[in-house]
Amino acid sequence: MTWVGRSLKRFEDAPLLTGRARFVADAAIGARAVRFVRSPIAAGRIAGIDIPDGVSAVTGADLIGVKPFRPRLNRPDFTPIEQPILPADRVRFVGEPVVAVIAETPEAAEDAVDRVDVRFEPTPAVTDFASALKSDAPRVHDHAPANTVVDAKIRPPAVEAAFAAAAHTVTIEIRSGRQSAFPLETRGARADYDPATGRTTLTVSTQMPHIVRTGLADVLGMREDDLRVIAPAVGGGFGQKMCPTPEYVVLIWLARRMKGSFAWIEDRHENLMASFHGRDQAHTVKGAFAADGKLLAIDVDLLCNIGAYSCFPVTHGVEPLMAMAEFPGPYDFPAYAARARAITTNTCSMAPYRGVSRPVITLAMERLMDTAAAKLGLDPVAIRRRNLVATFPYTSATGIKYDAGAYREALEIAAEKVDLPGFRARQIAARTDGRYLGIGFATFNERTGYGTPAFAPRLMEVTLGYETVEVAMDPSGFVEARIGASPHGQGLATTLAQIVADELGIAPDTIRVIHGDTDRTPYGWGTFASRGIVIVGGACKIAAAKLAVRLRALAATLLQADAGKIELADGRAALAGGPSSIAIADLARAAYHQAHQFKDQPDIGLSARASYDPAGTFSNACHVAIVEVDVETGGVRLERFVAVEDAGRLVNPTIVDGQVRGGIVQGIANALYEEILYDRTGNILTTSLMDYAVPTAAEIPPIELHHLETITDASITGAKGVGEGGAIGAPAAVINAVADAVAPLGVAVYEMPIAPQRLRALIRAATGKQR
Amino acid sequence: MTDKIAVTLRVNGCDYRIDVEPRRTLADAIRTDCGLTGTHLGCEHGVCGACTVIVDGRAVRSCLMFAVQAEGSHIRTVEGLADGERLSPVQQAFHDHHALQCGFCTPGFLMLATAILEDNPRIGADDLRHALASNLCRCTGYHNIVIAVQAAAEKMR
Repeated sequence: MTWVGRSLKRFEDAPLLTGRARFVADAAIGARAVRFVRSPIAAGRIAGIDIPDGVSAVTGADLIGVKPFRPRLNRPDFTPIEQPILPADRVRFVGEPVVAVIAETPEAAEDAVDRVDVRFEPTPAVTDFASALKSDAPRVHDHAPANTVVDAKIRPPAVEAAFAAAAHTVTIEIRSGRQSAFPLETRGARADYDPATGRTTLTVSTQMPHIVRTGLADVLGMREDDLRVIAPAVGGGFGQKMCPTPEYVVLIWLARRMKGSFAWIEDRHENLMASFHGRDQAHTVKGAFAADGKLLAIDVDLLCNIGAYSCFPVTHGVEPLMAMAEFPGPYDFPAYAARARAITTNTCSMAPYRGVSRPVITLAMERLMDTAAAKLGLDPVAIRRRNLVATFPYTSATGIKYDAGAYREALEIAAEKVDLPGFRARQIAARTDGRYLGIGFATFNERTGYGTPAFAPRLMEVTLGYETVEVAMDPSGFVEARIGASPHGQGLATTLAQIVADELGIAPDTIRVIHGDTDRTPYGWGTFASRGIVIVGGACKIAAAKLAVRLRALAATLLQADAGKIELADGRAALAGGPSSIAIADLARAAYHQAHQFKDQPDIGLSARASYDPAGTFSNACHVAIVEVDVETGGVRLERFVAVEDAGRLVNPTIVDGQVRGGIVQGIANALYEEILYDRTGNILTTSLMDYAVPTAAEIPPIELHHLETITDASITGAKGVGEGGAIGAPAAVINAVADAVAPLGVAVYEMPIAPQRLRALIRAATGKQR
Repeated sequence: MTDKIAVTLRVNGCDYRIDVEPRRTLADAIRTDCGLTGTHLGCEHGVCGACTVIVDGRAVRSCLMFAVQAEGSHIRTVEGLADGERLSPVQQAFHDHHALQCGFCTPGFLMLATAILEDNPRIGADDLRHALASNLCRCTGYHNIVIAVQAAAEKMR
């Protein structure tokens, strides 16, 4: 009986259920409050800043020696972008912090913000692809003509030949609106200077404490050792809390200069306006198909609106380069051409948001499949069946190796669960009643758990990927697993304990996972890119196995037996097939207090350290949505949602289900509800929950999940990543369902979110009815 | 607006004598002046429900109420739900059914669900789902929250 595979209840829950958990806003109480004067214009010059008497403030001119953020890729098609911490002369988006104001309380700081007078001289802004790409467009950054800051291309000669030989060519234009990751806890931090040590501690709501420390120390010109970063309880992140930002730089600068404690807690208005956004992309997709529906070639033009600045450490290349590399997805086709561009605009910057480009490339590919199916008279299952990768390992058109998955199996099971023929009969019957039902399939794979082997080809100045874990047993027999990564709600303290417990033969509740403190944990990256359970879990397994070897050696000495015959189980080290055994807790005591008995051991004590840096493993899934469209209002009601997914070994099935369902709901929001909007001058229109529609329990149907478990050696635990998949497949499934529902009206749907007014406009345009 | 007023708030059965500006929200008073930081702020404009507390038996968004308005009322927060280390039925059900991930919205949902079920533990499934639509959760997709509250309802009948 192993601990892995059981739906253990979470160790994280008790403090969160009782109000005892400490989030950053709780830690901020008592520190001097910092608020920011932010740019009210999208583009322009700062003509002057007046700080009235009695107001304590910091401007860009004060931050002497503080460097801008300048994340970079070392590739010729990448143009670096610098982000000043507080700009001295020029602003580039509405919400950009310009002046930091300090007061004793947050309320007093907000009052003081209103008294600071910044004189701006607006200049023309670019906000969208059409305005930004013109050759004479205003430049967001002077050194970037046509505002193009990544321009990557692949064009093998086989593509043209494939299109020339194709029976059918299908071209579609996909548009994805801009979305906010919208963690329920906004960003925030507190910086404390310690006069005794000269060190500063930043308590910050982040997914990546170590790289945040590196990024902040670098721009501040500090020794990294002088900065300790603590991630307390983190109230969600989904990518928005990966990157260091100007606000944190200012807090540390203030703490060191004023030798005190300073805190900034973002409000929701700031969060929607000036924290990171995601998803703003436009794709033109051409597919070449044989007469039987076999996909022969794809030619895509991928545009990513990356906003005003870049994000450290992943840079503004992350969206276009991922979209280009992973566009082929789960389909087997030989010829692929792509152009992928990052376009900078006078809007809030992008950071990777759950799935990054994959929800949009999946939407594009899945709309292409359904469009081609309709043209060729195939049903959506048949065209996918014809094109899904079936033999593994498989090397994609972009050279990425897929380990084994269950692509076709997931599709077939999903089709069976929703009874496609039965649904079609019901759909036809409903249409005679004037009701419009639709079904949408989305099959996709997702590269998960990838380390430096996958990031290195991106030529990043900071190449992410590995994770390191230290596992140590104390003299009382309790274990700490210290991880460099830092969870933000996923339950890693439980799932990693399950993995360590199996290696050591002890119960998970005797294992504490330590995270979120750069003083206490080895250097590592964080929780993003569906990697925690694969990479951190893998490092835990390796480190714990090393510690198990040590425990077996100690037991062998004490039991006068061969270490190879010692088994660790149920808290005891036992000689296989014999009665002699010793409690692991007693071994721990002896390791520290009877060290003289173990002269043959290489080291004293009980600890082990391991790193894991895999190339990655592909999860896959098939999502199916069934919707009803009210053609009079454009409203979409979700009737049913089914997901069949393969994330390899399920370490804790209940936690996996939670990850998948949570992701699906963010994907449904992406498809139907949420959109950050700007007007043409670059003014943001959606800075409250009155304008930005986050779905509630009322909009979401019960979500049915089915699991397949393909175990491959690409992941040492057998687990594949599961954090993002829900958000990747759901938008395409929902949009395909909406498109299917309104197809009889001649309406074509290729954009998301398909909010009621937008769908109504399409229906009106197609039917010519003005009502 | 910045002159302070003496107020006594009765929270979880304890009296807190605090001096607050008239503009101080109940949420800020509970968190900063009473030191009960289990009540969270997610939007401060009355939509997300993370700050939900129970005032005189009703679920209330504490960011939309001033502290001075709550004088004389009986306020309950997440810190008052458990009996010592024994979780309330709603808390226990959230733990049992994995109805929380990051846990930031959790205190608000716990107070909302407690108020709903204390009012009517026999609430129908559709009404319950719509009542729970008062608050936002970004992690769970709501599925397990609904299941947990249904399970708690059975215990509280």
